Amino acid sequence: MEKRVRFKGIWLPILLVMPQLIITAVFFFYPAGQAIWQSLFIPDPFGLSMQWVGLGNFEFLLSDPYYRASFVTTAMFSILVTVVSMGVALYLAVLADRLIKGSGTYRTLLIWPYAVAPAVAGVLWLFMFNTRVGVISWYLGLLGYDWNHVLNEEEAMGLVVVASAWGRISYNFLFFLAGLQAIPKSVIEAAAIDGAHFWTRFRTIVWPLLSPTTFFLLVVNVVYAFFETFGVIHTITGGGPQQATTILVYKVYSDGFVSQDLGSSAAQSVILLVIVGLLTIIQFKFIERRVHY
Amino acid sequence: MKLSTPLFAGSLATLIAAPAVAQTEVEFWHAFTGRLGELVAEQVETFNGQQDDYIVVASHKGNYSETLNSGIAAFRAGEQPHILMVFEVGTATMMSAQGAIKPVYEVMQMGGAEFDQEKYIGAVKGYYTTSDGDMLSLPFNSSTPVLWVNRDKFAEAGLDPDMDLSTWEQVGDTLTQLKDAGVDCPMTTAWQSWIHLENFSAYHDTPFATKANGFGGRDTELAFNSDAQVAHISAMGEWAQDGKFIYAGRRNEGGANFRGGECAMFTESSAGYAGIKAEADFAFDVRPLPYWEAVASEPQNTIIGGASLWVMEGHEDEDYAGVASFLNFLSSPEIQAKWHQDTGYLPITLEAGDLTREQGFYEENPGTDIAVKQMTTNEPTDNSKGLRLGSFDQIRGIIDEELEAVWAGDKEAQAALDSAVERGNQLLRRFEQSAN
Repeated sequence: MEKRVRFKGIWLPILLVMPQLIITAVFFFYPAGQAIWQSLFIPDPFGLSMQWVGLGNFEFLLSDPYYRASFVTTAMFSILVTVVSMGVALYLAVLADRLIKGSGTYRTLLIWPYAVAPAVAGVLWLFMFNTRVGVISWYLGLLGYDWNHVLNEEEAMGLVVVASAWGRISYNFLFFLAGLQAIPKSVIEAAAIDGAHFWTRFRTIVWPLLSPTTFFLLVVNVVYAFFETFGVIHTITGGGPQQATTILVYKVYSDGFVSQDLGSSAAQSVILLVIVGLLTIIQFKFIERRVHY
Repeated sequence: MKLSTPLFAGSLATLIAAPAVAQTEVEFWHAFTGRLGELVAEQVETFNGQQDDYIVVASHKGNYSETLNSGIAAFRAGEQPHILMVFEVGTATMMSAQGAIKPVYEVMQMGGAEFDQEKYIGAVKGYYTTSDGDMLSLPFNSSTPVLWVNRDKFAEAGLDPDMDLSTWEQVGDTLTQLKDAGVDCPMTTAWQSWIHLENFSAYHDTPFATKANGFGGRDTELAFNSDAQVAHISAMGEWAQDGKFIYAGRRNEGGANFRGGECAMFTESSAGYAGIKAEADFAFDVRPLPYWEAVASEPQNTIIGGASLWVMEGHEDEDYAGVASFLNFLSSPEIQAKWHQDTGYLPITLEAGDLTREQGFYEENPGTDIAVKQMTTNEPTDNSKGLRLGSFDQIRGIIDEELEAVWAGDKEAQAALDSAVERGNQLLRRFEQSAN
């Protein structure tokens, strides 16, 4: 059975997709093209002159062990943010799905943090964990733990991960909850009658039926962790201590917009573009196969 | 075109008179908020009230980096202000931007105002002049690092608050005594690279970079991994390991610890004065920055930090007359003396310093002249005139990272400084390439 609608001419379909094509061209292809072009030069900050260096910017970056180390940092950061934000969201969604009384209030409260901008979230968390006046670091001090994310690399990483994941939990929660509620109750009830416990039902029925949502969230969260977290990093650690929280996109930002090294910044954007392209291909080629629609 | 003479003369007169009727606007972008922002607004108001030809419009554009970025972005869009405040780290970037900036000495000449470069303090002016001695930007807020002492903390620990702390050897012993007496934070610092490497080098007359710290050309290379600097950073690293030196962050985070009364000593800019005076509920003291007796028999001079005002290219000639008039106003002894006394920034002219002395400010506020003395006692050498390095903001970032490795005990001082020099040199070569 052919499900697709077939158009007779070519012009109507083109016209219909034109708005999307224009948006993609103006907001993606044009700037991406410019980034690729700029990555071949070392420009001065004021745009007065440009020196052609070919692949010099890439050579400079890839021969820098600190830049290469930031790939590992980025991978770790992205995995942690994705796992934490999706794991907690799923847990909360499962609980909220079972809740009958007052569920509306809980859901609204859980969705709230999504409205907080990343940079503001960063400041909030920084304030709680401030080594001098932070509430949480003070309690940790009472327990005998000396919190110092200013010098301790693991603590700094933990803090930026929590701050980045926090707002994301709401977003993921919303999708997981919708996904859970779309699972027919009859299937679950039938399994329950057959004697399947909660965990068995979750593993064999809920999880597979939820997989389209999970896959969507995986893609979206990885992209988030890669691109939208520099506000948090900027406000909390500034990439430090040493380079413990310098993720790729933060380096793009700080080299380009703080240090005026636009050539290197453009080259880094291109590298990032390639990585995310590859990641997306991998996700759709390999992970999507396990998704049941 | 036929014009009767009287009519022509009349219209010419209107043209000439026009600026007096419709005031010429001078845009001034700065990076100050809080108390400093209020003081800048006050200066601008005074200027606008004093004369009718020009009106200065001051806008706050974020912190130093953000202000510089706004200026650069505006220039690219053809919307640049007349005057842009740029921190000292951005000096080399601005200097190489020929076509984007208008040197201050030229602007002053265009304004017809008499411009005597001699009246500016050498150590301040030197940072912003060419090798030919021409001033490219007007120093606005300049400070230099000093040692702040919490006298009460010393007394609590059973130490004499008046003890001599002029050398790091003495400070080192004192740190041990403070620690043994149970002080949790014997010492902290702000701006580690600026104070403990850049100023340290100048103060001990040791090069921070070759080619007279970059004044002699863009092919300069970093040199702050020599024995003197390594010894200092290594000592600081040991103090950090022993909990005698508490690291609070890359910028001036340590200020909160000191002002809150937790730390006994604090190396920070002389401009920390306004904040410390306002917040500290303990007796404090300003001391000269310590030096290592083992390295130098007596200290050279420290260098400045802070910002200067750059005039941007691309405006009308009559606008520049207004800019010149405003810059002259800012350099006047009365305005400068008040600024110096309110903020702890250095006076930029000798006259302003003299006026402050005549007004009896130094006697009423002991220690406030230490920064001035520290900078002006000795004639600056090639190593202590200042720094002129491209991509310096990024280089400072690298230095911060490497120093953090030392404070955390992950690296030896020598290895960390070697690595900082190597990484920084790569950036200098890129800058050299971009500015060709």
